[in-house]
Amino acid sequence: MSETARVVSQPLPVGSVGKLSGGWWGMIALIVTEASLFGYLLFTYFYLAAQSGQDWPPTGLPGLLIPGINTIILLASSAAFWAGERRIQQGGTRSSIFGFIAAIALGSAFVAIQLLEWKNKTFSINSDLYGSLYFTITGFHLCHVIIGLGVLLLLLAWTMMGYFDHKRHVAITIGGVYWHFVDVVWLFVFSALYLSPYLQRG
Amino acid sequence: MAATDAPQYRIDPPLERIPEMGRIPAGSAIEARLEKIWETAPGWRGWLSTVDHKTIGVRYLVTAFLFLVIGGIEALFLRIQLAGPDMAFLTPEQYNQLFTMHGVTMIFLYALPVLSGFSNYLWPLLLGSRDMAFPRLNALSYWIFLFAGLFMYISFPLGQAPNAGWFNYVPFSGPIYNTGPNIDVFALGMVLLGISTTVGSINFVVTLFRMRAPGMTINRVPILVWGTLTASVANLFAIPAVSLAFFLLWLDRQIGAHFFDVANNGQPLLWQHLFWIFGHPWVYVVVLPAMGIVSDALPTFCRRPLVGYTAVALATMATMLLGFGVWVHHMFATGLPTVALSIFGAASMVISIPSAVAVFAWIATIWLGKPVFKTPFLFFAGFVALFIIGGMSGVMTAAVPLDWQLNETYFIVAHLHYVLLGINVFPVVGAIYYWFPKFTGRMMSEKLGKWSFWTMFIGFNAGFFPMHIAGLLGMPRRIYTYPSRMGWDEVNLITTVGSFIFAVGVLIFLVNVVLSVKRGARAGANPWDAPTLEWAVSSPPPAYNFATIPTIASRHPLWEGRIEGEEEHSRTKLEEGYLLMRGRETLGTSPIDAKPVVILKMPEDSYTPFLVGLFVSLLFVGLLLHSWTFTALMAALSCAALSSWMWPRRKLGQRTTRHGPASAGRGGEGP
Repeated sequence: MSETARVVSQPLPVGSVGKLSGGWWGMIALIVTEASLFGYLLFTYFYLAAQSGQDWPPTGLPGLLIPGINTIILLASSAAFWAGERRIQQGGTRSSIFGFIAAIALGSAFVAIQLLEWKNKTFSINSDLYGSLYFTITGFHLCHVIIGLGVLLLLLAWTMMGYFDHKRHVAITIGGVYWHFVDVVWLFVFSALYLSPYLQRG
Repeated sequence: MAATDAPQYRIDPPLERIPEMGRIPAGSAIEARLEKIWETAPGWRGWLSTVDHKTIGVRYLVTAFLFLVIGGIEALFLRIQLAGPDMAFLTPEQYNQLFTMHGVTMIFLYALPVLSGFSNYLWPLLLGSRDMAFPRLNALSYWIFLFAGLFMYISFPLGQAPNAGWFNYVPFSGPIYNTGPNIDVFALGMVLLGISTTVGSINFVVTLFRMRAPGMTINRVPILVWGTLTASVANLFAIPAVSLAFFLLWLDRQIGAHFFDVANNGQPLLWQHLFWIFGHPWVYVVVLPAMGIVSDALPTFCRRPLVGYTAVALATMATMLLGFGVWVHHMFATGLPTVALSIFGAASMVISIPSAVAVFAWIATIWLGKPVFKTPFLFFAGFVALFIIGGMSGVMTAAVPLDWQLNETYFIVAHLHYVLLGINVFPVVGAIYYWFPKFTGRMMSEKLGKWSFWTMFIGFNAGFFPMHIAGLLGMPRRIYTYPSRMGWDEVNLITTVGSFIFAVGVLIFLVNVVLSVKRGARAGANPWDAPTLEWAVSSPPPAYNFATIPTIASRHPLWEGRIEGEEEHSRTKLEEGYLLMRGRETLGTSPIDAKPVVILKMPEDSYTPFLVGLFVSLLFVGLLLHSWTFTALMAALSCAALSSWMWPRRKLGQRTTRHGPASAGRGGEGP
């Protein structure tokens, strides 16, 4: 048995501070389980595709232009949020607001374009197996984006109400990492649904 | 140094400070103030709003035991029907619903929740903290568990309960063969329950890494904590698989999706993969914390520390890791390629190695100790015996050719009951006998205790051992009756008699609980002379757990200086420690070596967990009834309640501070 912990003589932070806060750890754990969920969704996709024995996707190769642009939009949203968070850390609460507004606008654009993409599909969730997979997987992701946008709106409101400064902004850190997760997981969904068919067809 | 009265803060609390050290003598004015800070309001307001981990733990235990009784009564009905050939006590449909609800209740509504009850109650006490990392999340996890349990029984009185077995294979559970609401109730109920399990698991994981008393380094935490931690991490990876499977099934049934629809290229085997990718880790989820209970409590009755602490802790994690690689052994008879069968068969045999490490550690602890034959010891020793029998039949079925012979027979039923009752129910009942004085301040009756053990042990073996034989004689699972010429009459009658004897044993235990709550002998803080930290506080413990946050110097804080071969020391400090009483506070420490890093502000009691739980559960009711407006309304209310929950509060140090008179920021200073 080793040494006893020393008595603290330095001041300790009080309350929720960045990566010392419980919320940060909780969010990481939530992301682990959410990432598993998307892992199982993609497992389902590839398993059923491999077992189907038909040309995949049966409706032909998906167009890449609009989803590609949409992917860039979503990543730009993450970057905008990241810039806003950095401004807060540097003490620029005012200018951070612009970063958050840009993140929300880009995220909303993603949702709108994704809904358009849905509308233009010739199949639906109950028309065939591919339709079930496509709409369920993108639907799961879209739900996450919409929840993420709700979180961003709250963070924006709280920032505008002057709740945060360079010392205390743990909600921004925690909400931000969720938003980045939602954006990164789209890269996996996009690769699976849009890019992998091209690889399979060679 | 005595605690000085902290100044009453009218302005915002400071963002950093040196934590005050001191003593809080029992009965002092400071102690009364600490009590005031942590106490729950009396009456229904406190009842709905409490976030005290001890109250939540007891609720988990009581609710899980109610489900155990319900599931047990269902099993007795099944056993009456199977007592003899060609019985007509139950109709086939009634039998299907009862055996399904028996499995669902025991596996999902009893087995893990009961362990969560122990862990919720005990973790902060074992770790030297004042609460779990997320007290409100803890309350939410309980409420959703309760509502999910009620939800899954919602169609039972209508005679339309889930009826496709607890693992609910498609296509039988699909829209073509099962048209009633039975399976939809199960599917949505499981997704709802998954939320409860997930948030509960997140809470345990974060608590372990953040909330240990200073000095409780990672190699000093009790094995129960290792068990629950391992199970919780596993849940984070496993629960999404089953939630997704049930959600996809619901889409197939209600929206017309085609995931499991053979006619449209769907794959029934996808269900089995997703279910068992979850299901096999789940088997370890419901036993590892129970094994942890034994690893911690058995040494108390052997009067020596556990043999091989490090080996047992590592074996716990190794079991779980391997547990993610054995799911296909539930699918040996589904026509998968031989290579897959060989790999998964081998993995299933390998997993017996870490289990054996734990078994030998327990046997060695008994062997090298001086056993005291109190009731908890009997249950723990009985558990070791049953674990060995259940483990042996497990290794047998891991062999693919033998599994093809035994698959879908009563041999499997015997195996899974030896494992689940042996490794879950026996340790759990033993643990109630062990921690009952801590929960209530009273001892349970030893005399009734010994009666309950022997009745349960004899009844269990009389009931379940003959099932092995019934299986070897070829009796299939899930049949509601059988003709007499099959030669299964005697074993089934013995099984039924045994199961009723077992039920009497459980009844004696419950009677003992009820009598002892009122009339048991008073227990002191440490009636068993046990070594771990929960026994350092009074029985039952005060709302704040520890008057001062202790500093830990060994694995056995209360046995320091008594253990042979260990250096004489008594450095764990229980009387003097961190005061932390400017509101609800506890110490946050570093993940590995438990050095103090932050003073954590803990939330007050709150109604939001109850409301969020209620709205989310009603959302699922809306989905079940296809009432989309109601569903949307409940989703909106859930979001509103969650926003108010997350609203940054100055009191918790989540917002920037302003000096001078506190501005009337919204929600900032609310209770």
